[in-house]
Amino acid sequence: MLAFLGRRLIAAMIVMVAFSFVVFFLVQLPPGDFADVWAASRAAQGDTVTPDEVENIREAFGLNRPFVVQYADWMFSLLQGDLGFSFEFQKPVAHVLAERLPLTLAISFAALVIIYLVGVPLGIYSAVRQHKMVDYSATFIGYFGLATPNFLLALILVYLAQRWFGLSAGGIFSPEYLGQPWSWGKFWDMLSHLVIPVLVLGSAGTAAQVRTMRATMLDELSKPYVRAALATGKSPWQVILKYPTRVAIIPIVSTLGWELTLVISGAPIVGIVLSLPDMGPVFLQSLIGQDMALAGVILLIYYLLVVIGTLISDLLLFWLDPRIRMGVESK
Amino acid sequence: MTAAADLSRRQLAWRAFRSNRLAFLSLCLLVLLVFVSLFAEFFAPYTPQERNRAYTDGAPMGITFTNADGGLSLAPMVIARVTERDPDTLRRVTVADPGARWPIAFFARGESYSWFGLFESDIHFFGVGDGGYLHLFGTDRLGRDIFSRTLYAFRTSLSIGLASVVAAFVLGITVGGIAGYLGGIVDAAIMRVIEFLQSIPTLPLWLTVAAAVPREWTALQIYLVMTLILAMIGWTTLARRVRSRIIAMHSDEHVLAARLGGNRPVRVFRKHMLPAFTGYLIVDLTLAFSTIVLAETALSFLGLGLREPVVSLGVLMLPAQSIAAIILTPWYLIPGFFVVIVVLLLNFIGDGVRDAADPSSY
Repeated sequence: MLAFLGRRLIAAMIVMVAFSFVVFFLVQLPPGDFADVWAASRAAQGDTVTPDEVENIREAFGLNRPFVVQYADWMFSLLQGDLGFSFEFQKPVAHVLAERLPLTLAISFAALVIIYLVGVPLGIYSAVRQHKMVDYSATFIGYFGLATPNFLLALILVYLAQRWFGLSAGGIFSPEYLGQPWSWGKFWDMLSHLVIPVLVLGSAGTAAQVRTMRATMLDELSKPYVRAALATGKSPWQVILKYPTRVAIIPIVSTLGWELTLVISGAPIVGIVLSLPDMGPVFLQSLIGQDMALAGVILLIYYLLVVIGTLISDLLLFWLDPRIRMGVESK
Repeated sequence: MTAAADLSRRQLAWRAFRSNRLAFLSLCLLVLLVFVSLFAEFFAPYTPQERNRAYTDGAPMGITFTNADGGLSLAPMVIARVTERDPDTLRRVTVADPGARWPIAFFARGESYSWFGLFESDIHFFGVGDGGYLHLFGTDRLGRDIFSRTLYAFRTSLSIGLASVVAAFVLGITVGGIAGYLGGIVDAAIMRVIEFLQSIPTLPLWLTVAAAVPREWTALQIYLVMTLILAMIGWTTLARRVRSRIIAMHSDEHVLAARLGGNRPVRVFRKHMLPAFTGYLIVDLTLAFSTIVLAETALSFLGLGLREPVVSLGVLMLPAQSIAAIILTPWYLIPGFFVVIVVLLLNFIGDGVRDAADPSSY
């Protein structure tokens, strides 16, 4: 078990290093560097900037060193907790993110919980009651869930929430609670504002899980061992939940890492559309302003979440699937 | 009906596809949509940049078959609009005038256009006569007709999707083919890279790449770069599919025979392996196509993809980013439903092809 964990951890570290390399490459991608940006902003204020001054800045910040050296330097300061300075917000990156990261985490996690809590039971139910009402409606909704872009769904829900429920969608608080101290009312208000982002973020994933669960479950249900178990006279649902479900759920667990990737991939856009105070809008703003120090760190955080998710799904699989456990332990 | 034995594989597959009603209907609908958007200049009543200053941010106008006096008529009409001053705020407002109708004319004259520079005309499929206007999906802030713009945008979105899918296809087949055919270290290395790419959250990554595109580039340059970026999103699944099929077929007798016959690897691949899994590839292609259309819409919607004056479905929805805009002018969202429709149709077609390509279904 420990050896397995160790190997997985090492693999995760290697992937993370590869990720950081890609991110740093992207951070460096836009033409021009900080010295050019600085010169442009000075020029915009009416100052004259000599090429020598630009060169001095470049020297002072080490911008003329080779790519690999700059990368090592960047990684080193990241590991020391220095995330850099955001030009766009005129604050250290760590300050910009500290207030926003928790919300991103909460929404992504809630979406994942919804995906599995709704997707798996619905998939099982559709498979058991194949060609019945619930099955057809789940399939139908599933097609739409996969075909609707997240942001469009968010916009539609915002519109409906406003029209029918009078909810002030967008942001996480209603205007009357802004700047108020915490209270039950405010907490409740916040929860009601988080329903839409979580639903939107979870929709495509839920649809995919229902599809996978239904397909694998249908495969399992037709196997002889299920019939044998049913023949013992146990109640059908007991049999279904105890035997085929355990087998059918394995592909679901093993793709948990991917699912997390999808959720993280969709998170920024939902945050932007619903103007949540999470990392999404900051990410977009940093990209549009080509503030790559901030964008790079955000990208790195997204990737870190994915790597952690994959690690968790590996461990879950180890616990769930005896074949993997045996395979590892017999080595 | 001819016996199954007399038909070629392709005819059998086509027959199986035809018998799947949903898939066949989807294909017909998609062909129709593509046809209409291909001739967008003709089918759209307005050109994409034409502005109607009397009806800015106007709501969609419905078609009616009732006369002003309540009688039914066979010819379609729209209820006329009049512009007047609001008695309280003195702002100009446009309201429906139930007492008047603008009849819809077919093959009406409007703004002149040129279809890909091939021929010029000013005849549109439909329109209303002088003095009137017709905006089926409403207008945007500048008074441009959203229906017409949607037709043009549909064409752009599909064309960039198609270009990206072709690029992804070439890339996927080449890389997957090399990995599968050569095997060994090359295969292992390529597969690690693909797994790495697939584990990356794609949207943030390509957003970052798109943000790095210089602002002063022309629309055409951005279009080409976007094609490449979108192709990068779709090629990995194709490469994996090609590779796994080739490995599965490596030891097949017909492949061995082709190799012993002295064919070069590229020919063996193209003539003796590729035809055997074209069906699966088409399925993957339709799926990749729909992912790419969704990605393009998302990128453009965020302002990091295509930009005005190019109109794509995502570009059209760009003004719908603010919540106030959605509440006041919900018709900005209409182009989004075309994205949903295209993706749905592609999924249905993909499912149909999958079944049709499976020999056990004949």
